[in-house]
Amino acid sequence: MEIFEHPIRSLHEKLKKREISSVELTRIFLERIRRVEPKISSFITVTEEKAISDAASADRMISCGDSNLLTGIPIALKDIFLTEGIRTTCGSRILGNFVPTYSATAYEKLCKKGGVLLGKLNQDEFAMGSSNETSAFGITRNPWDIDCIPGGSSGGSAAAVAACEAVASLGTDTGGSIRQPASHCGCVGLKPTYGRVSRYGVIAYASSLDQVGPLAGNVEDCAIMLGAISGYDPKDSTSVNFDVPDYLASLGRGVKGIKIGLPKEYYISGADPDVEKALESAIEVYKSLGASFVEISLPHTDYAVAAYYLIATAEASSNLARYDGVRFGHRSEEAESLVDMMTRSRSEGFGPEVKRRIMLGTYALSSGYYDAYYLKAQKVRTLIAQDFAAAFDKVDMMLAPVAPTPAFRIGEKTGDPMQMYLSDIFTIPVNLAGTCAISLPAGFTGYGLPLGIQLIGKPFDEENILNAAHAFEQATEWHLRKAVL
Amino acid sequence: MASQKSGALMKFQPVIGLEVHVQLKTETKIFCGCPTSFGAEPNSQTCPVCMGMPGALPVLNKKVVEFAVKTGLATNCSISRHNLFARKNYFYPDLPKGYQISQFEEPICRMGWLDVVMNGNWKRIGITRIHMEEDAGKLVHGDLPGLENGSGVDLNRACTPLLEIVSEPDLRSADEAVAYLKKLHQIVTWIGISDGNMEEGSFRCDANVSVMPFGSEVFGTRAEIKNINSFKFVKQAIEYEIQRQIDLIEDGGQVFQETRLFDPNSGKTRSMRGKEDAHDYRYFPDPDLLPLFIDENWISEAVCSMPELPWKRKERFIDEMGLPEYDAEILTSSRSLADYFEESTACHNDCKMVSNWVMGEITRALNDTGLAIENCPVPPLQLAGLLKLIDSGVISLKIAKTVFDEMWASGKEPSVIVEEKGLLQLSDSSAIEAIVDEILEKEAGQVEEYRNGKEKLFGFFVGQVMKASRGKANPSMVNDLLARKLKG
Amino acid sequence: MKISAENVGHVAILARLQLSEEEKTLFSRQMGEILEYVEKLKQLDTESVLPMSHAVPLQNAFREDAISAPIGVEKALSNAPDRCGNFYRVPRVIE
Repeated sequence: MEIFEHPIRSLHEKLKKREISSVELTRIFLERIRRVEPKISSFITVTEEKAISDAASADRMISCGDSNLLTGIPIALKDIFLTEGIRTTCGSRILGNFVPTYSATAYEKLCKKGGVLLGKLNQDEFAMGSSNETSAFGITRNPWDIDCIPGGSSGGSAAAVAACEAVASLGTDTGGSIRQPASHCGCVGLKPTYGRVSRYGVIAYASSLDQVGPLAGNVEDCAIMLGAISGYDPKDSTSVNFDVPDYLASLGRGVKGIKIGLPKEYYISGADPDVEKALESAIEVYKSLGASFVEISLPHTDYAVAAYYLIATAEASSNLARYDGVRFGHRSEEAESLVDMMTRSRSEGFGPEVKRRIMLGTYALSSGYYDAYYLKAQKVRTLIAQDFAAAFDKVDMMLAPVAPTPAFRIGEKTGDPMQMYLSDIFTIPVNLAGTCAISLPAGFTGYGLPLGIQLIGKPFDEENILNAAHAFEQATEWHLRKAVL
Repeated sequence: MASQKSGALMKFQPVIGLEVHVQLKTETKIFCGCPTSFGAEPNSQTCPVCMGMPGALPVLNKKVVEFAVKTGLATNCSISRHNLFARKNYFYPDLPKGYQISQFEEPICRMGWLDVVMNGNWKRIGITRIHMEEDAGKLVHGDLPGLENGSGVDLNRACTPLLEIVSEPDLRSADEAVAYLKKLHQIVTWIGISDGNMEEGSFRCDANVSVMPFGSEVFGTRAEIKNINSFKFVKQAIEYEIQRQIDLIEDGGQVFQETRLFDPNSGKTRSMRGKEDAHDYRYFPDPDLLPLFIDENWISEAVCSMPELPWKRKERFIDEMGLPEYDAEILTSSRSLADYFEESTACHNDCKMVSNWVMGEITRALNDTGLAIENCPVPPLQLAGLLKLIDSGVISLKIAKTVFDEMWASGKEPSVIVEEKGLLQLSDSSAIEAIVDEILEKEAGQVEEYRNGKEKLFGFFVGQVMKASRGKANPSMVNDLLARKLKG
Repeated sequence: MKISAENVGHVAILARLQLSEEEKTLFSRQMGEILEYVEKLKQLDTESVLPMSHAVPLQNAFREDAISAPIGVEKALSNAPDRCGNFYRVPRVIE
C-alpha cells in the first residue's frame, strides 16, 4: 500500500512514531498531485509553499506532544471555502483574482487541528452543477475513467480523494453536491444536518440548503473530519448550538436491531440495473448484520426537484447580486456608465449555467410570480420535510440510491439542463428536509465505475448513519479498491 | 398670480404620509460588530459582513430589537410576536450585498399612533408600521482629485441600524407634517434610541405627497420626495411639491408616481430618474437570519425599562407640581431638560421658581453659549443651591443673577462665590439704617421735594441706598426704613 | 409555461445581465422547459401549509452590542478593482 493510500489513523500513528514527518508526507502528496493532475485536474490552486509551512508547524505540534488525529494530515478544500491570503475562485471567472481577507470557520477549525492545506479544489461554478463541467477552470475528470465526469458540484473534492491527491477534503452539499460526486468517485461523502457546520466564509449558493461536509476514503476518516469542523459558530446565525458528539466513539456499535426504511418512491422500476444491483446487495449485507428493513413512503418525492430548483435559484439570484464589480472580483473594462459596468462585469464574469439559474431565480421572485413559484416551493418544502419526519417515526434511518446512474460521460448532458437537474432526484429531498445523509461505496459497474448508496439519518443523528456506514464498510471491500492512475 | 394660486390651494386637499428613517444609537452595526461612529476615514469602519464580501453572514444585534420594541411601545404600536427579516433586492454601488436586509411582511411594530397638537387642536396621526433595517453606504461625487469622472463608495455607514417609521397618509399640510415629525423626533431622543442628529442623517424623512380635490375620497397620484434632513426643508419641500402638483393639474397635466429629490438651494423638488429603472424588489425571507420571536417577557421588560413619556411627564408637572401648561410643555420638550428641571426641584421645592430659572437664565445662557442642557456647566444641585440662597434672604434676586453668571463661568458653588465676593445680603437693620440716614442727609434737597409731594422720588432713594450698599442691602428692609423715615 | 424573449430581456435587466440574442432565445426555451416542469407543484393543495424558509426550526440568534475591531482600510480595499484614496471608485453615479 502506498503511503498516500493510508487512512488518517494509520498516518497519524506514523507521524506520532516519527516514522515520517508531516513535511515528508506533504511532499509525497505534492509529488502525487504533480503526477496525476495532468490526468485529473482536480485542483484550481495548489498551495505548495503554504502546505510545506503548515506541515512544518504540524511537525512542531507533534514534537511538543500537542497533536491530534488531524495534525500533519494533508487535506484540500473545495474552492468555495474562503482562505485568507489564498485565491478563492468558487470556480468562477468573476472571482478569478479574488484573495480573501478572512477564512471560513470550517477551514480555521481544521487549521487549529494542525491540518495541512494542499490546495483549492475544482468545482462547478458557484456550486451550480452536477458534473463539474460548469467550472471556469476546466473539467475535472473521474479518476476511474477520465472520459467521465467526477460528479458535482464538489467534483474536485471527490476526485482528489479518489486519486489519492489528498487524504480528505471538504465540500459543500446544496442538492447532493457532496454525496453524488463521492458516489461517482468511489469515496465516502457526508452531508451533515443543516446547522451542524458553520457556513461562515463559505461562498453561498442557496443559503437555506447549503451545508459543509467532508469527503474521505473511508467512514472513519469522514467521522474524524466531521468532528473537527462541527459546532456552533456565533458568526453563523443558522449554526446550531448543540454539543458535538464524539463521532469516532459512535463507530463499531454494529447495526443489530436497527430498522432501516426503504422509501418506495426511490425504488421505481426502470432504474439503472447496476445501481439497483448495488442497492439489493447492500440490503443483503445489512440483513446479514442484523438490521431489518421496512418499506416507507415519502409521498412528495416527485415534487422535490421542482421545489428545489425554485428555492435554490431564487436564493442564488440574491446571493450572487454582490458580484457587481464594485468592491472585488472581475470588473469590465469596457463600461461607460455605472449600470453598464455592473451589467458587463456580471455578464463577462458568470458562466452560462450561473446566468441561467440567476435568471430563473430572479423570475421566480419577481413581481406577480412570487406566490406561484417561490412561496409555493417553500410550502412544498414543508410537505417534504413532513414526509421525512413522519418516516423517521417508523425507522432509524433510510437506505436510498445516490444518483440514478453511475458517472456519465463528459459532455453527455451539458445541452439539456433539465435532464441534469433531474439526476439529483435522490439527493435533493435531504437538503430540502435539512437532515443528514452519507454516501458510501457499494459496488462497481461492469466498466469499473464506482456505485454508491446513501444512508439518510434523522436530523443531528450523524452518529447513527456513520456507525451504520462503518458497519457496511467493515463487511465489504469496495472502499479498498483504488483507481489506477 | 399669488391670489390665483392661493385660490387653487383652496380647491385642493393635500394628502401626506411620512417615512422616517431613524438611525439607532447602538455601539455597533445591526449585523456586525463594526462601530457606528460618524465621520471616520472612508471604509475604515468595515468588515467582511458590512462590505458584503463573499461568505460573510449577518448576525442580529440584540440591542436593535430592544430599541425597536421601545419605539413601538412609545408610539402606541402593537408589537409583532413573529418577525422575519427579508431581503430587498436592488443593485446600487452603495448597497454592498445587492440587497438590503429589511422587514417586509412581518414588521416588528404595527398600527400605532401619535397625538400631535396643531394651533391648540389635537390630531391623531396613525403609524402604519415600524421596521428594522440596515442602512446603505455613502456615495461621494464631489471635486475630490481622482473622482472627477467617477464616484467614491464609502461603506462606513453600510449596515448601520435604522428604524423606518411609516405614517398613515393622515397629514393634510406641511405644518402638520412638521408637527408630527417634531413629535416623533422628541420621542426617539426621549426614549434614547437615537441621537436624532439631523445634520448627520440620524433622523431623515421621505415624504409621500399627493393632492385631491376637496371633498374627494380618492387620493391623487403621489410623488415620493427622498431624504429630507431638516424640519425647515420638510416644510419647504412639501409646500413646493403641493403647489407643483396643483399647478400641474390646473394646467391640465397629471402627476406621475415617481421619486423626487429636494434641492435645498433652489427650494424645489426634481425628478430622480436614476432610481426608477427597476422597482421590483423581489422581497423574500432572508435565509441567513433566523425568525425573531418576541415573547411576553421581552415586552414586559421593555415596558419596565421605558422612561416616563413626555406627555405623561407634562401631565405630572401640571398636576403634581402645579406648573402652568406653558411651562410644562417647554420643560418636557426634551428629556434632558425635564430631567434637569426635576433634579433641581428635588433640592428646592418651589417648582415654579425652578421653572422660571430653567426657562429663563439657564435657557438664555445655553442659547448664548450654544451648549446643550446635557453639558450645562451649572448642575441642577447648584442651581437649587442658588435658589435656596435667594429664598432664605442670603442674597437678593439681583445679586443672584450675578452669582449665576459667575457659577456658569467658574463652576463654583454659589455659596462659595457669595462668600468670596462678599455678596452676602445686608440684613442688619442698624447697618442699613446708618446707610439710609447717610443718604437722606446727603440728599436733603430731594427729601424736601419728596415731602412736598413728589413721591416718585421714592425709587431714587432706594436706588441710592442699594448703590451705597453695593447691592447687598435687603431690599424689603430698605423699603420699610425709607418709608418710615421719609414720613418724617 | 412559455416565457418570451422579451420577458427574458426584462428579467435580465433586473438581474443586471446582458444577454446576446442567442442567449435570450436559448434561455427563453430552457427557462420555459423548467417552468413547465415546475408547474407540477400546482397539483398540490398547499392552502393550509406554512412556507419553510429555514432548514432548522429555530429562532432568535443574536449578538451583543459589543464592538469588534474593523479590518482596516487596506484590507477592506485589498480586492478593489479601482480605488481613489480610501474610496472604491466606480463610474460616475448620476442622481
